[in-house]
Amino acid sequence: MTAYTATVEVRLKTGVLDPEAETTQRALERLGFELSDLRSADHFEVDLDAESADDARERADEMAERLLANPTIHDYEVSVEER
Amino acid sequence: MTVAVIRFGGSNCDRDTVQALTSMGIDAELVWHEDGLPEDATGVVIPGGFSYGDYLRAGAMAARSPIMTEVRDAAETGTPVLGICNGAQIGCESALTPGAFTTNESARFQCEHVHLRVENADTPWTERYEEGEVVEFPIAHGEGRFEIGDDELDELEADDRILFKYCDAEGTVTPEANPNGSKHSVAGVLGDDDTVAVLMPHPERVSLADIGPTDGQGVLRAFEA
Repeated sequence: MTAYTATVEVRLKTGVLDPEAETTQRALERLGFELSDLRSADHFEVDLDAESADDARERADEMAERLLANPTIHDYEVSVEER
Repeated sequence: MTVAVIRFGGSNCDRDTVQALTSMGIDAELVWHEDGLPEDATGVVIPGGFSYGDYLRAGAMAARSPIMTEVRDAAETGTPVLGICNGAQIGCESALTPGAFTTNESARFQCEHVHLRVENADTPWTERYEEGEVVEFPIAHGEGRFEIGDDELDELEADDRILFKYCDAEGTVTPEANPNGSKHSVAGVLGDDDTVAVLMPHPERVSLADIGPTDGQGVLRAFEA
């Protein structure tokens, strides 16, 4: 078994309104920053022991499918690193 | 012959719902989620509140709790299931109903009265109303914006699975009368069939004659034997 950290990034699908990001963008603009857009995402780091990187990725993928992301509104990406 | 009103940690409309149902002569009782669904439950309400503190997403945790498997099984055998507010978020998170309820367009918690137009009066949840009738219910949510893929939404419309839409006092669906940016102004939908219904507005808060209007009773009367 090898120790891995799987990183799961969950973001809204393109086209789904993100009111919190819009509010954050407006707050940055009020502070004087110039920006053309802002997107937010949830970032999860999962430490786990697995036989291989593929195994770790598969398990993190299932975590995203079943809980971390809501497939109706989210896309997600999984990446795996040895820890 | 009892409607089970499921209480999760953080539910806060559970007692209101029991009171509204019992005041209408419908037997109802609180059920702590860890105790499981009573075998004799003739109906299920997933009430409003902030189950699990809205961690991750509103309804995400409760949707994956063991009692929801029992709720799904009960629905499959025809037991009526109603999700109100947080219960609606739980219904969508558990895929009992389509779509998702997510952050209001305003990014704020909104607590106000809204008008709803009855879109389909041919369901147990709406048969006490006329199609096109305008009712007034309160909303109280921060994550009530109905989101769903365009194709799936077209299917919902075509299959008449939309129960209520936000509208103005005359019954016209307008962007101004849509309090949270919901797609197609959807306030409540059916599951795969009319056994399961969810809505963000609170019928139980307009069901006690002693304190005001009773527009919401029509929804709750679906549980009458």
